[in-house]
Amino acid sequence: MWVAQQSQSVFGVPLGTQHGLFWIKNTHITSLKGLQKTLRYALSYPNFAPKGLLHPGFRWRTLKHSIMNRIEQLFQRKDKNVLNIYFTAGYPGLNDTEDIILSLEKAGVDLVEVGMPYSDPLADGPTIQESGTAALENGMTLQLLFEQLAAVRKKTEMPLIMMGYFNQVMQYGEKAFFEKVAEVGVDGLILPDLPLFEYENHYKDLAESLGLAVSFLITPQTEPERIRKIDDLTHGFIYIVSSSSITGAKSGITDTQLAYFNRINDMQLKNKRLIGFGISDHETFETACQYANGAIIGSAYIKALKNNPNVAECTAEFVTAILLDRH
Amino acid sequence: MIAVDERGYYGEFGGAYIPEMLWPNVQELRENYLKFMAEPDFQREFQSLLRDFVGRPTPLYLAKRLSEHFGVTIYLKREDLCHTGAHKINNTVGQILMAKRLGKTRIIAETGAGQHGVATATVCALMGLECIVYMGEVDIERQAPNVARMKMLGAEVRPATSGSKTLKDATNEAIRDWINNPVDTHYIIGSVVGPHPYPDMVARFQSVISEEIKWQLEEHTGKDYPDAVIACVGGGSNAAGAFYHFLNDTRVRLIAVEAAGEGIHSGKSAATSVLGTKGVIHGSRTLLMQTADGQIVEPHSISAGLDYPGIGPLHAHLISSGRAEAICFFFFESLEAALFLSRQEGIIPALETAHALSALRVMKYNPTDVLVLCLSGRGDKDLNTYMKHL
Ligand SMILES: Cc1ncc(COP(=O)(O)O)c(C=O)c1O
Repeated sequence: MWVAQQSQSVFGVPLGTQHGLFWIKNTHITSLKGLQKTLRYALSYPNFAPKGLLHPGFRWRTLKHSIMNRIEQLFQRKDKNVLNIYFTAGYPGLNDTEDIILSLEKAGVDLVEVGMPYSDPLADGPTIQESGTAALENGMTLQLLFEQLAAVRKKTEMPLIMMGYFNQVMQYGEKAFFEKVAEVGVDGLILPDLPLFEYENHYKDLAESLGLAVSFLITPQTEPERIRKIDDLTHGFIYIVSSSSITGAKSGITDTQLAYFNRINDMQLKNKRLIGFGISDHETFETACQYANGAIIGSAYIKALKNNPNVAECTAEFVTAILLDRH
Repeated sequence: MIAVDERGYYGEFGGAYIPEMLWPNVQELRENYLKFMAEPDFQREFQSLLRDFVGRPTPLYLAKRLSEHFGVTIYLKREDLCHTGAHKINNTVGQILMAKRLGKTRIIAETGAGQHGVATATVCALMGLECIVYMGEVDIERQAPNVARMKMLGAEVRPATSGSKTLKDATNEAIRDWINNPVDTHYIIGSVVGPHPYPDMVARFQSVISEEIKWQLEEHTGKDYPDAVIACVGGGSNAAGAFYHFLNDTRVRLIAVEAAGEGIHSGKSAATSVLGTKGVIHGSRTLLMQTADGQIVEPHSISAGLDYPGIGPLHAHLISSGRAEAICFFFFESLEAALFLSRQEGIIPALETAHALSALRVMKYNPTDVLVLCLSGRGDKDLNTYMKHL
């Protein structure tokens, strides 16, 4: 949990004496309801309650933050061969969101990135753009997507990330958007065109207080100083863009790319790292896993869904082919 | 004081909302553009190309019959007489010099009407650089003569086939190309749009228009400022250039003219200042046409150069702060204006420019006023459209 790692005083008392945190950790509370129950219990039986919890310096938001984030929990449990799959919400069918997420979970995927379809996805290639156009034609909206995700959250503890473009966030209202994302039980955000500077100055505190893990991208051209800055601002994981390209552009991994991955590894960043862009099959997934904590697959999965819109069947086949004996 | 800040903001508009993949390129430009532009060598080369290659200064022409008709003094700033037929080349000459200093060997551009594409292909030919122009499939069809010119000049024209297949989509494709080619490529944006520093850089290159207006007007009238400057706005580069040296001179009214297409609320319009709300398009926080869900709306204008769902951040700021007045026109009013100018003054204007001309019919002025209208381009490329509607 990044709060425990970063600041040395989660509840306003030194970490070493925070029995509360360890107690809560061990009881595996992952929902707000569970947390409320625990707090009620603690207030009724103060002698048995963890010290930190009733400490005057206790900050509800910090606690909520440290408990809820499923992405952090995932990386504590597993830091190798993490498979993150992207899909565009509303594609192939408007109401496939739940089916896709549950099928991905069943197939052994660790993390799911839910794409908010956008009219002008600058960082994406034709495959993802076409799926977005189709999803919008199917009638997908942010509001519907939030409803779908809230329903999915009742059925799974899978870490979920929403990915979209900043204009969508602006129209929803930045604050309302971040709050809604947290409220429906989404754990993280990727907004590729939100500049670091704007995030740091306007949205970082909000995201952190809501316990949202915001991930940023780095590319082969990103300078070391900026990588450090990104590492500082990131919670969850850093998105290593494998080559200078839009999504789905190239496949296969070259020696130049391996040198770049090694260069990043040598920097000993505090965050976990997932490699994305151009990861499409078992071989590229394996290679990516040797150089990072895991990988992200998007366009290849969208293509599979295009060829076989039977979500359950397609997903099982696709993920099995990626993982083979890995899991 | 209207000026861009260090982060590229005009008031609340501007900035650089770009994916990380574009960051190094944009950063490189941001760190260098003012420095390069200030170098005496750069200025010497830029000025001599503007004079000897582009044909500047362009005349400031007193349009007598137009003035008589409207009962006011009207000067036309003849950007249509620039080499290649529009103001666009002022910017491409500047940017090609910038690209050379940055050591770039490959040039990409987007184009709507094809004027910017032609202007880019022209300077690439001049400098011997590879040139790729993205153009919406719809525009390739309706601006065929300019496609032919680009090919003649050795550029490759790549069709943009997504969305409305017009300027917005061509811009998306150009940005993607830049993401895929981060080292050797410079992107010559054709208007005062895009991430910082583009809006400021393009406005500076185009500012030669108002620089000339000032001294030419003084020669003509003894005063170095008009009562109003009128220009059409697609992204807003000819307007930015014509307004530039008057931005902080409140004696001068600034009038931005947009395309209302088939009517502002017809669903087929490009009147961003009326229909637009705050958002982000092509890396810039500005006014744009979009749905409540933040999906960018496909605009519509008969004039490919005005067929853009956003406006540059400078104009978003000028309009929302009340410094500039925005007016929009139906396309048939513009056609009439084009016919009028052709037959009364012997000048066939571009369709984009014709929109600016129609503003004369509705704007209020005193008979003693001196108006300057930026005649941004000539109408050769639009003859097909004109003939269809004659
Ligand atoms: C002649 C002419 N005027 C105006 C425009 C609109 O562009 P801007 O608003 O950047 O001047 C164009 C664009 O293609 C054009 O060709």
